[in-house]
Amino acid sequence: MKPLNDVITACPPSGIRRFFDIAAEMDDVISLGVGEPDFVTPWRIREAGIYALENGYTTYTSNAGLPKLRRLICADLAARYDAHYAWDTDCLITTGVSEGLDLALRVLLNPGDEVIVPEPCYVAYEPCVRFAGGVPVRVPTRWEDDFAVDAARVAEAVTPRTKAILLGSPANPTGAVQPRSSLEALVALARERDLYLVSDEIYDRLTYEGHHTCLGALPGARERTVVLGGFSKAQAMTGWRVGWICAPEAVASLCVRVHQYTMLCAPHVSQLAAVEALEHAEDDVAAMVADYDRRRRVFVKGLRELGLDCPEPAGAFYAFPSVRRSGLDSETFAERLLHEHQVAVVPGDVFGPSGEGHVRCSYATALPLLEEALERMGRFLASLR
Amino acid sequence: MREILELLERDAHLSHDTIATMTGLPVEQVAAQVAQWQATGVIRRYTAVVDWDRAAAAGEDSIPEIVTAFIDVSVAPARSVGFDDVAQRISRFPEVRSIYLVSGGHDLRCTVTGRSIRAVSDFVSQKLSTIERVRATATHFVLKAYKRDGVAFAEPEADHRLRVTP
Repeated sequence: MKPLNDVITACPPSGIRRFFDIAAEMDDVISLGVGEPDFVTPWRIREAGIYALENGYTTYTSNAGLPKLRRLICADLAARYDAHYAWDTDCLITTGVSEGLDLALRVLLNPGDEVIVPEPCYVAYEPCVRFAGGVPVRVPTRWEDDFAVDAARVAEAVTPRTKAILLGSPANPTGAVQPRSSLEALVALARERDLYLVSDEIYDRLTYEGHHTCLGALPGARERTVVLGGFSKAQAMTGWRVGWICAPEAVASLCVRVHQYTMLCAPHVSQLAAVEALEHAEDDVAAMVADYDRRRRVFVKGLRELGLDCPEPAGAFYAFPSVRRSGLDSETFAERLLHEHQVAVVPGDVFGPSGEGHVRCSYATALPLLEEALERMGRFLASLR
Repeated sequence: MREILELLERDAHLSHDTIATMTGLPVEQVAAQVAQWQATGVIRRYTAVVDWDRAAAAGEDSIPEIVTAFIDVSVAPARSVGFDDVAQRISRFPEVRSIYLVSGGHDLRCTVTGRSIRAVSDFVSQKLSTIERVRATATHFVLKAYKRDGVAFAEPEADHRLRVTP
């Protein structure tokens, strides 16, 4: 047989997958390893989806997505973040940010173009860059700096082949929110070196300290920034697979071109549910965000009381404590915690080398379970002494 | 401050420590505020939402049957008190779990519980209907409770998430 695609063959499977396989086999596991809300999609949104099915909205939509949904998204971005996109030329609906990321990178990159990826970061960033023919270039961030991206370090990584910087804020796995000053420095660098910015803002609404900054709203950023967003996290709609891209027309129109041939359109039912989410589910979102924030405070305090150094996670629903004091590396810590005390966390190194020494704990878990998990972690740490 | 009340209304078991952590307020302030609310009657009492049908189904044989009825009451209002005196009078009966002044075809809506349909019927015919200025009643017996005080009594939805996801 002839060899299969070199790039894909060379791409290692996600390190998360291995943990999933172990955890799935075990009983009585409290999982802090889940990267999605524990809330079910708010009923009014589900009900809108059911209504859409009952009424036969089972067809394709236009490639770019329902005009009504795009208008709502652009109006929301303008009102919330002062980010201005024209719904008909600058916005398209994707099957989640995952597709949006893939589209954006395919449109931006030529073979061999480099993309700077501050890490630790979401597991799909580097593979998506490679699948698009690019070369990911890691720039480490440190928990001592709250994982803020240092534009000077990014500048050192820029070469003549550098095409874009890809970052997520608030971030999976660290929960870090990039300070506005860091983002402004990145925009300045991007302008100076003529780079694109790809901004994964799927966790925008889950910002607990300060306010979210939409990268596309920063002065001078819009013309070179692709903003990715969606409904999976704040509206608890992971399985509906619906998100969006907002970008300058030149980029957005080419994203539509790829999308029209590869995806055709995002699911019609999901788009209608997303319309309901933006029109009527604001109270549901606010209630969920408030709950995440309360759990975050309880959980982070609990981790610190266990003696773990935990950088303040200002967004998303992850804590990323350092486990170095345990004397174990991330993988061993996570594996032993799972086997010996049935708590699933994700070793930090699967998100990049700078994640080593940390574990990702999702607090998208009911409070009693979080408290039980903290107790089990306490017993585990005590057993190591 | 409103957040503390909302949290307690949802889960009265929360400790002052936990509430302080959740809200970012000092624990002393939370404790003092709750004590003040208790003293002034803002917090009336702490209760549990009990699904009696489930308790009975679980074979708790000592659980007595409880019959609940909603009773709409038409009242002739009186000068200077309106419906208040009649409502106060009705509310003093321990069988009456709640009572509201409502818009619509009747004036007062009560929730009444008793050990049997007979007990509730007797209460309506002998106590409620005979109160001065009560003109008519309409009794609706509860056949099944689906949700009460924001708590749905159906099985909670299963967590369909995979155990570890990106």
